[in-house]
Amino acid sequence: MRPISMDRVETVRQEIYNTITSLTMTHEQKLTALANHADSLMEVLDVPEGLDDLLNVPIEKKCICDLNEGHAPVRPRYIVPDYAKFMREGCKFLRLDPPKDLAEALNSLLIFYKHVPSVTNYPVFIGNLDQLIEPFLDGVDDETALKAIRMFLMHVDRTIVDSFCHADIGPVPTRAGMLIMKAESELEDATPNLTMRYDPAVTDDAFALAGVDCALHCAKPSFANDKMFRSELGDNYAIASCYNGLLIGGGSFTLCRLLLNHIADRADSIEQFKNETLPYVLDIMARYMDARIKFIVEESNFFEYNFLAKEGFIDKDKFTAMYGLVGLAECVNTLFEKEGKEGCFGHSEEATQLGVEIMDIIDTFNKNHVNPYCKGTNCHFLLHAQVGLADDIKTSPGTRIPIGEEPDELIDHLRVLEKFHKYFPSGTGDIFPIDLTVHNNPQYVLDIVKGSFKEGIRYLSFYRSDSDVIRVTGYLVKRSEMEKLDRGEAVLQNTTGLGLGASKNCKILERKVR
Amino acid sequence: MATEALVNKIIPFSSVDGPGNRTAIFLQGCNFDCLYCHNPETINLCVGCGACVAVCPVQALAWVDELEDMSRVHHSDEEWQRKHRLRGGHVTYDISKCVLCDACIKTCPHGSSPRIRHMTAEEVMAAVRRQVPYIRGITVSGGECTRQRDVLVELFSIAGKEGLNCLLDSNGTWDFSKDPELTAVTDGVMLDIKAYGAEDHRMITGRENTLVLANARYLAGIGKLPEVRTVIVPGLFNGEETVRSAAQMLQGYLDIAPIRYKLIKYRPMGVRKEYALYPTPDDAYMGRLKEMVAGMGFDAVVA
Repeated sequence: MRPISMDRVETVRQEIYNTITSLTMTHEQKLTALANHADSLMEVLDVPEGLDDLLNVPIEKKCICDLNEGHAPVRPRYIVPDYAKFMREGCKFLRLDPPKDLAEALNSLLIFYKHVPSVTNYPVFIGNLDQLIEPFLDGVDDETALKAIRMFLMHVDRTIVDSFCHADIGPVPTRAGMLIMKAESELEDATPNLTMRYDPAVTDDAFALAGVDCALHCAKPSFANDKMFRSELGDNYAIASCYNGLLIGGGSFTLCRLLLNHIADRADSIEQFKNETLPYVLDIMARYMDARIKFIVEESNFFEYNFLAKEGFIDKDKFTAMYGLVGLAECVNTLFEKEGKEGCFGHSEEATQLGVEIMDIIDTFNKNHVNPYCKGTNCHFLLHAQVGLADDIKTSPGTRIPIGEEPDELIDHLRVLEKFHKYFPSGTGDIFPIDLTVHNNPQYVLDIVKGSFKEGIRYLSFYRSDSDVIRVTGYLVKRSEMEKLDRGEAVLQNTTGLGLGASKNCKILERKVR
Repeated sequence: MATEALVNKIIPFSSVDGPGNRTAIFLQGCNFDCLYCHNPETINLCVGCGACVAVCPVQALAWVDELEDMSRVHHSDEEWQRKHRLRGGHVTYDISKCVLCDACIKTCPHGSSPRIRHMTAEEVMAAVRRQVPYIRGITVSGGECTRQRDVLVELFSIAGKEGLNCLLDSNGTWDFSKDPELTAVTDGVMLDIKAYGAEDHRMITGRENTLVLANARYLAGIGKLPEVRTVIVPGLFNGEETVRSAAQMLQGYLDIAPIRYKLIKYRPMGVRKEYALYPTPDDAYMGRLKEMVAGMGFDAVVA
């Protein structure tokens, strides 16, 4: 452990005081913040030289961001337990036998969720929910099952107060999946986030259209290209947190992100950016992630003490790490401006092509970088199009076209996405608010999903333009709750605050309606 | 030589022109003159007077001193051909400069638009293919697209071969029973029934409706009537009576293929100002109509 200055200690003490006396945080939010303040005093990671200039600088200069994971990670960032194993075998630590009926199954899951950590201190994945529930529906009528599932989901929303919590349904159509969607349409809650893993060869139209209908009520489920994820991650994958493809029984040790726009600011020309500026930062971020992972695996003892690992609900050999990025659009536009070139990302073919070339450089770098602990993905990180932070300014999530600059025609927008989704097995996605008139024609949305997945698009989200539940960047919030928070009232969900920040900084309420 | 269509507009993704996602192609020129027409600039063909050229803020329009080459356009409007020749010239349109400000349309003294492109079926298909595989089909609308049936046959023949579902949107004044070639390549006709009673129909459209109703029965009988629609305009005609009579007429065909009955609320947007004086029907009234039609076995929607 390296020493730190008393000045820094005093600053943190003031932050601790502010947290304790805050009027707009709930008790749970305060506890999390206090833990983070304590962690910020630690200096234990063996970080690469040069990192400080890229990481610990004002936001407008930051080139690398570690998304507040802390200085001494106490657990992997994202944990994706094998809930099917739990249903089959129960859990010794929690003194739970395998459930025998629907009530026991739902109760056991709710108990288990309270003990799944993550960077948010809440589970970011709560299971392939319809497959977990389906075996317990035999002999249970729809009304009884719907009521139980509805209460279960409400319990999740009110106790997992963070909408990075994600459940999956599909690709095989299930009665449980239909009931989950029915309950969610009625509840209109932000949590859990929901993804339908969709494969037109396996998922029938009735199930998929129920998904579209549900999405037009409550902004979920999103649609994941099941075939594409399986080809990269195998059959046992999950969509967790915002839209992150990870292995079941594993997860992600860490997620750091490149702020490509700020990296571009450091270059004088496109050539310099490609050959010097970017590779320099790529290398430092990878080595920083290596250091974080090494601490989690070798020093934190997480995998030695935690019951999830001890009982085999997770296995450190199924973990990976997510190599994230934001601001590709602004990066390209900055470079074009520096060279006096006309055109911008998502509109000019040449600009979009530069985006592709930059992604190829990052992809090649990542495929050559080896981390011995990421055994879940052949000792490589997975690229991730990060959804942004509430305090990001003029930085678009991942490879998205900036809000306000979307092409007039949706087809032209989609043709751009096609070029970028393939790079991101650990997640990317685009979001479209949909006009009300589509309510008469949910097949319209399904046709777009079908076409997209044929063209190599990975993940799409839709919501009705006047919906209360809306998708901020990857997670969901209730507009009505944001308004409450904006008036200075404490609200239950942590993510409401992030959404409010994003609505002010990132124009998320101004997306082009399709 | 390939036939050319007079194309007013192509909408790459449409959610309101038939089932699923479709590219909608709007052709210029209509033989009806409905009082409540929502895009009256599609009714008449440009006569080449040139009045719009001066008001275009971006010089997308120009008047040239020679007759428009109409040799490849098959449009059944002879009156227009005659008017056009009297002018001795025509307006050209450069879509790449156009900013869609509608100044030309607002100025046009003939209820037309100069923003019309001559496109062969192949050229239209090239514009459609960009949307494949995101669309399940195409819908040709207008204007009244059957006025240009030759190019429809060519377009649908190509599109059908490429696996696209082909619908057309019609006012029902083309006798489909006598055009087996067009009917064969058309997967379905979405038919307007403006009014059931002959007098109401004449008052709204300026034309009689015997053929419209005959087409409805013929198309329903061969399972090619996926949708009928009626615009409900309180104070103009009795919408409930029209909807009930049309539904009764078609009810017997529902076991051949399902028919959607789309009940469209009149809205004054886009309507010529001298006719934009009717109220929009309220939701309760639309709901009653929907319930009535749904009760008769139709897939009823309010739009």
